[in-house]
Amino acid sequence: MTVPAVEAVDVWRTYELDGVSVSALRGVSLTIDQGEYVAVIGPSGSGKSTLMHLLGGLDRPSGGRLVIGGRDVTTLTAPELATLRNETIGFVFQAFHLLARTSAVDNVALPLVYRGVGARQRREQAAAMLGRVGLGHRLHHRPNQLSGGEQQRVAIARALVTEPAVLLADEPTGNLDSATGEAVLELLERLNAESGVALVMVTHDQEVAARAHRRIAVRDGLIRSDSLHDRPPSDGSGVPATLDPAPSAEPRSASGSGPGHPPGGPGGAAGATGRLPRAEERPRPSGRLHRGDAG
Amino acid sequence: MRLAEAWRVASDALRANRMRSLLTMLGVIIGVASVVILVAIGTGTKQQVEQQVEGLGSNLLLVVPGRIEVGNAPVVSPLDLSDADAVSRVVGDPGRVAVTVASGATARAGNRSDFTTVQGVLETTPSVFTRSLSRGRYLTGADVDTSRRVAVLGDSVARALFPDRDPLGQQVTLAGVRFRVIGVFAPLGQSLGVDRDDEVHVPVTAAQRLWGTQRIDGIAVKAPDRERIDELGDRIVAELSRRHPDTEFSAVTQRQILGVLGDILGVLTGVLAAIAGISLLVGGVGVSNIMLVSVRERTREIGLRKAVGARPRDIGVQFLLEAVLLTSVGGLTGMALGVGAALLVDAFSPIPAAITWWSLALAFGVSAAVGIVFGVVPAQRAGRLDPVVALRAE
Ligand SMILES: Nc1ncnc2c1ncn2[C@@H]1O[C@H](COP(=O)(O)OP(=O)(O)O)[C@@H](O)[C@H]1O
Ligand SMILES: [Mg+2]
Repeated sequence: MTVPAVEAVDVWRTYELDGVSVSALRGVSLTIDQGEYVAVIGPSGSGKSTLMHLLGGLDRPSGGRLVIGGRDVTTLTAPELATLRNETIGFVFQAFHLLARTSAVDNVALPLVYRGVGARQRREQAAAMLGRVGLGHRLHHRPNQLSGGEQQRVAIARALVTEPAVLLADEPTGNLDSATGEAVLELLERLNAESGVALVMVTHDQEVAARAHRRIAVRDGLIRSDSLHDRPPSDGSGVPATLDPAPSAEPRSASGSGPGHPPGGPGGAAGATGRLPRAEERPRPSGRLHRGDAG
Repeated sequence: MRLAEAWRVASDALRANRMRSLLTMLGVIIGVASVVILVAIGTGTKQQVEQQVEGLGSNLLLVVPGRIEVGNAPVVSPLDLSDADAVSRVVGDPGRVAVTVASGATARAGNRSDFTTVQGVLETTPSVFTRSLSRGRYLTGADVDTSRRVAVLGDSVARALFPDRDPLGQQVTLAGVRFRVIGVFAPLGQSLGVDRDDEVHVPVTAAQRLWGTQRIDGIAVKAPDRERIDELGDRIVAELSRRHPDTEFSAVTQRQILGVLGDILGVLTGVLAAIAGISLLVGGVGVSNIMLVSVRERTREIGLRKAVGARPRDIGVQFLLEAVLLTSVGGLTGMALGVGAALLVDAFSPIPAAITWWSLALAFGVSAAVGIVFGVVPAQRAGRLDPVVALRAE
């Protein structure tokens, strides 16, 4: 039996604003399995970012059950939740959020600082990760010396240097032009295929959403549809089912129908998945892999 | 996060805002520097005064009418030279008894003049007060007995009146009466800003004639031994009280003078240190302000650090260290400046200054403590920031 990377059951998130409560999420249930590639779509203000923050343990639900890496978020203290984020989650933001006065390699090494990894080993791992995102030649550049696409790739390296179970990307190409955005997207998809990290990505672009194996449509704080697509539509004409209140595609519930969908479909990436199999029974693959590498 | 890492982050942050860090430190620098220098001056002055009082000669007893207490008005003296003789009989040795009758007067020589203090004294003064001459001779018993108009000049007076001549044998006019210079004192220097070489000694009898009085201001006794000095003082006071039943007399020893002066200077030093301490406190408030600004400016950075796994404590420690680093670097700089200034003052001005280790330790300790105290609130605020809100900050 596969342990889900993240599991949300009837999750609510309510904000109090001047005595008025606004519910950004109104009972969301979903499961993110190891290695999945999920696109989250929905109109602005529908609750996508709120959902991402919850899935990443950056925020706590106002109601419902949220389990990240096998641990119930509501039972965790703030430091425990921080450690859980560090070990299990990688974030990629639309605005990059790199430290301005810090080199690429030190930006990437930042999560390892809070893991207590020594300076030299931190840099080695960060440099290797930058190599994997194609920035091996930009280790000592500062963010302002990098292009937007390069900055986002540094941010992706930072998100993955801890070898998390889930990579949460909230409109990662939103600040990039289409060509650069496409390159960043391909990088994310490649890393998802290669390393088995689950990729959950918010996007406005239907074509981009169509490339994911699973699409979740959010509207008014509710999941309107949650559908699996074994292969991307060949014509790229979008995914009308996801916006339909009565989806024709296979609906998914909290139980989840398993992650048995090789990324990239039967064609291209089958070899990649074969190389790095789904980390079954591996709620926190990152930590263990790290220590293995270090030793 | 390791402490070394937090130090690095904190110092990086301070270096990134060099000018602001410096301006923030300025309050602490000034505060610490003023604590160090003011305490140094207070301590130096106290040491100097103590040396001088001790230099007056050992086992000294000063007998004056009235009480010796801070804030007491001086009493008109009923004493005259017969009282000095009576005291000599109590002591058993006239060579150990000195008297003084002093008044300000203008001293003239040729076309030069100098306002100075003229002291009418006995020939015993140099042995009682341990004074020495650089030239000529001191007054003799015969000078006193015959009211001879001879004078011994303090070093400053000699320089003022005879800048380019040997004063010995020259005439000086004191309050309009001519005296002959027979000696010049060896210089003593300054004490509490007062020139101790600005005086002229003449026979007490001549001084009394000059001012038309039979009085003397006070009597000084060099006690034969330290152990019975208080008892001797009591006996002298008893004798004088018997002779002048209407007047109260006091006999004070060097130790008592030192005690009183030490208390006054100690309080003064304390007050100065407290004033300087207040400026240190103000510096601390500045640190607190800047740290709050820094937290607000770096809200997104805090959010990001939390997103990648920083615990509230990691963030809090980082900002606390930043504040402590700010104040301790400021404290060290202030110490260096204070020590430098104190050494300069001591070397190139008449004001004495002595560095004490406790003042350095205190100033540094207080500045580091100021960093902790005033850094805690901003650090806690940073640590408690909601990461989602922080990441959205502008
Ligand atoms: N901190 C907050 N306080 C109050 N309301 C919020 C807050 N964050 C988000 N919201 C509201 O919740 C809703 C969903 O926001 P969000 O998740 O950012 O939407 P999306 O990412 O889909 O554009 C919006 O109506 C937004 O105004
Ligand atoms: Mg959003």
